[in-house]
Amino acid sequence: MYKILKKETVAPQVEAMIIDAPYIARHHQAGNFVVLRIDEKGERIPLTIADADSEKGTITLLFQKIGKTTEKLGTLKPGTAIRDIAGPLGHATPILQYGHCVLVGGGIGSATLYPILKALNKKNNRVTVILGARTSDLLVWGDRFKALSDEVLFTTDDGSSGLKGLVTGALKDVMDKSEVKIVIAVGPIRMMQAVAELTKPYNIKTLVSLNPVMVEGTGMCGACRVTVGGKTRFACIEGPEFDAHEVDFHVLADRLEFYREEEQESMKLFKKKKCKRNCKK
Amino acid sequence: MRTRDAKKRSRDFREVALGLTERQALKEARRCLQCKKPMCVEGCPVEINIPAFIAAIRNTDFPGALNVIRQYNMLPAVCGRVCPQENQCQSRCILGKKKAPIAIGALERFAADYEARKGLSERPVKIRPNGHKVAVIGSGPAGLTAAADLAKMGYDITIFEALHEAGGVLLYGIPEFRLPKKIIKREIEYVKSLGVKILLNWVVGKTQTIEELFREGFRAVFIGVGAGSPRYMSIPGENLNNVYFASEFLTRVNLMKAEQFPRYDTPVKKARKVAVIGGGNVAMDSARTALRLGAEKVFIVYRRSGDEMPSRQEEVEHAKKEGIIFKFLTNPKEIIGDERGYVKAIRCDRMVLCEPDTSGRRRPECSGEEFILDVDQVIMAIGQTSNPILVRSIEGLKLWGAGYIEVDENGASNIPGIFAGGDISTGAATVISAMGAGKRAARAIHDFIAKPK
Ligand SMILES: Cc1cc2nc3c(=O)[nH]c(=O)nc-3n(C[C@H](O)[C@H](O)[C@H](O)COP(=O)(O)OP(=O)(O)OC[C@H]3O[C@@H](n4cnc5c(N)ncnc54)[C@H](O)[C@@H]3O)c2cc1C
Ligand SMILES: Cc1cc2nc3c(=O)[nH]c(=O)nc-3n(C[C@H](O)[C@H](O)[C@H](O)COP(=O)(O)OP(=O)(O)OC[C@H]3O[C@@H](n4cnc5c(N)ncnc54)[C@H](O)[C@@H]3O)c2cc1C
Ligand code: SF4
Ligand code: SF4
Ligand code: FES
Repeated sequence: MYKILKKETVAPQVEAMIIDAPYIARHHQAGNFVVLRIDEKGERIPLTIADADSEKGTITLLFQKIGKTTEKLGTLKPGTAIRDIAGPLGHATPILQYGHCVLVGGGIGSATLYPILKALNKKNNRVTVILGARTSDLLVWGDRFKALSDEVLFTTDDGSSGLKGLVTGALKDVMDKSEVKIVIAVGPIRMMQAVAELTKPYNIKTLVSLNPVMVEGTGMCGACRVTVGGKTRFACIEGPEFDAHEVDFHVLADRLEFYREEEQESMKLFKKKKCKRNCKK
Repeated sequence: MRTRDAKKRSRDFREVALGLTERQALKEARRCLQCKKPMCVEGCPVEINIPAFIAAIRNTDFPGALNVIRQYNMLPAVCGRVCPQENQCQSRCILGKKKAPIAIGALERFAADYEARKGLSERPVKIRPNGHKVAVIGSGPAGLTAAADLAKMGYDITIFEALHEAGGVLLYGIPEFRLPKKIIKREIEYVKSLGVKILLNWVVGKTQTIEELFREGFRAVFIGVGAGSPRYMSIPGENLNNVYFASEFLTRVNLMKAEQFPRYDTPVKKARKVAVIGGGNVAMDSARTALRLGAEKVFIVYRRSGDEMPSRQEEVEHAKKEGIIFKFLTNPKEIIGDERGYVKAIRCDRMVLCEPDTSGRRRPECSGEEFILDVDQVIMAIGQTSNPILVRSIEGLKLWGAGYIEVDENGASNIPGIFAGGDISTGAATVISAMGAGKRAARAIHDFIAKPK
């Protein structure tokens, strides 16, 4: 059992949770994720380790409530526990002394860039962070990013904060002005694809963190397979980061649709139950 | 052995084979000749004293029979069910020359089930702790056996398991209707009763490295992490929706209980027409699982003929009775999808058999003719290979083939203190051979710690 120490709502429908998991905290590297299962009947879902404190033995998870499991996770209170957490899983992000790096985050994806920023910062890279969201209140951890990067640019679709428009617009400006060595993008598929298309003609190394459905997260099932460079790769052990210019985003998008009906059914049942419970009170 | 009605059983997940009644068991046991030089024992990878346990059954000393078996085999209720007996102990039974060999597996299962039914339990053996810690990685049959044997010798054993439940393939691979989960749970309880600790959600190589385990005072490590990574064909369409690798399909159902969705949160897609590619136990299990999830038609698509199929004969018979359709000499070359990215058919080559290949089986070759099979789900069951997480995390560890650990006949790797066995050193094999490896390694680890050179 993994105890929840602290919980905080960081944006509408987005929660941050600090969890007691000393071994995972100690071995965490930027880019790693965990797979958790809330209870006996729960599904195993992957979440990026958004931060870790090896001394205190804690990890921070940041999640958006979009389905049954994440909604349910959001109902758990500090002091209670999550039944299973396995990790840290996945490859670590390659952290070198690159020079000028740009991190591009869309929505909740932003927070998962935080450990990468921390690591790049330690290696004395110059880092520009571009965070995009639909509106300003969906921009998470902006101040944390500001504290560690050389430059933070916000973009919102509605112009409620920072530049109006998409992250790609801001990224293009940065690339035109400076010699960017690497771009790392995390966020919705469409955003990552747009970033990949944009950086390709510039010939800038670009990594994207893929988010296929996973089951056990240790390379044993093949659920998480993605097509990269025309080849099948397992995101949980060979990723989740891959060369953006090689990724087949179509296959990924199609595969993420696969359980749509079941996800909706699950969610409906969960809401109904929750409603019943609340009405009784 | 009695089985449940094929029509009924093919729609639920309860066990298919019912086991022997007491009368049947006694009758079968009396047929045994109690050979002075029992050939059957040579066919058993863990060399169970078969005549001795059969003699105990004859004397209606059923717990006694189990005690004999347990000296050699930690998981009698499991092996009695899933061992390929027809190629092992039973294939050597002297009676088999003229008529039916003794149903050794069924008798083994009977003895184990009798104990469970009667709630008898072997008195926990008296263990004198020797203070040495040994780590066992993976809780499949290899790991469980090594752990139990070492615990009995007095070692302080911790099993580290990556998943949220112990049991390895027995748990997440072999389906309920062939090996009920409660049997595995019972066997694992027995291992725990010997003082073995099991740490779940512990991915060694990630959560902790082997080096750290040594630093924490573990004197030796046994690696039994199995050959868990699915193989695939690399044909077009393999990543379409509704193409499953057997390991995912079976894991969803066996480990995550997806057949009970939405009571359990993990879903699995039910389909009308399913093609399972492959001819081994994994293919049979996948096909019969798909049927139980409600498929109307399930095809086994296998590129050789029925004679070359590696799966257990008994399972093939069960599958046929349940209505699985076998398409032999058929090799898929493309999975065809619809505009939404879902499977709608497979394109196959018709094969012909030529000269035997290195495996001694006749090699299939394209006949030049192809055809299309309409299906809405494809399950790839063409084998497993080594999982890289742990083996790649150990610097200097000698590997062979596709990343299997190279060990000597006792399970010792090239690094002192690191032992391995089961599928991770042999490639995908059997439950009993994994147990045999666990057993030999336990002895070798004892020698390594107790009699240092
Ligand atoms: C390596 C990795 C790291 C991740 N890190 C984070 C993270 O730090 N924070 C976070 O909020 N989410 C993260 N995700 C996504 C997260 O796993 C899913 O949001 C979660 O599984 C949804 O579960 P659910 O039951 O709540 O929703 P479901 O009902 O299962 O899904 C609801 C919706 O989410 C989509 N979805 C389902 N699974 C995924 C998935 N794996 N990735 C993206 N969308 C999905 C579905 O298409 C559906 O539209 C990560 C995914 C991966 C693979
Ligand atoms: C569907 C199916 C049906 C089968 N049917 C039969 C049958 O009828 N008869 C038969 O004899 N054999 C059968 N087999 C084969 C048999 O199950 C295997 O040969 C046997 O289970 C191998 O045992 P093992 O202990 O080596 O590994 P496994 O049973 O694979 O167990 C390995 C364990 O190690 C864990 N692990 C992996 N990596 C790590 C890590 N880094 N850290 C911690 N833990 C880790 C895994 O989660 C797993 O629990 C079947 C296999 C399958 C897949
Ligand atoms: S363990 Fe397997 S091979 Fe050995 S006697 Fe039992 S059924 Fe036969
Ligand atoms: S070979 Fe057959 S008859 Fe002889 S002891 Fe073994 S089981 Fe009995
Ligand atoms: S999640 Fe199972 S192989 Fe990646």
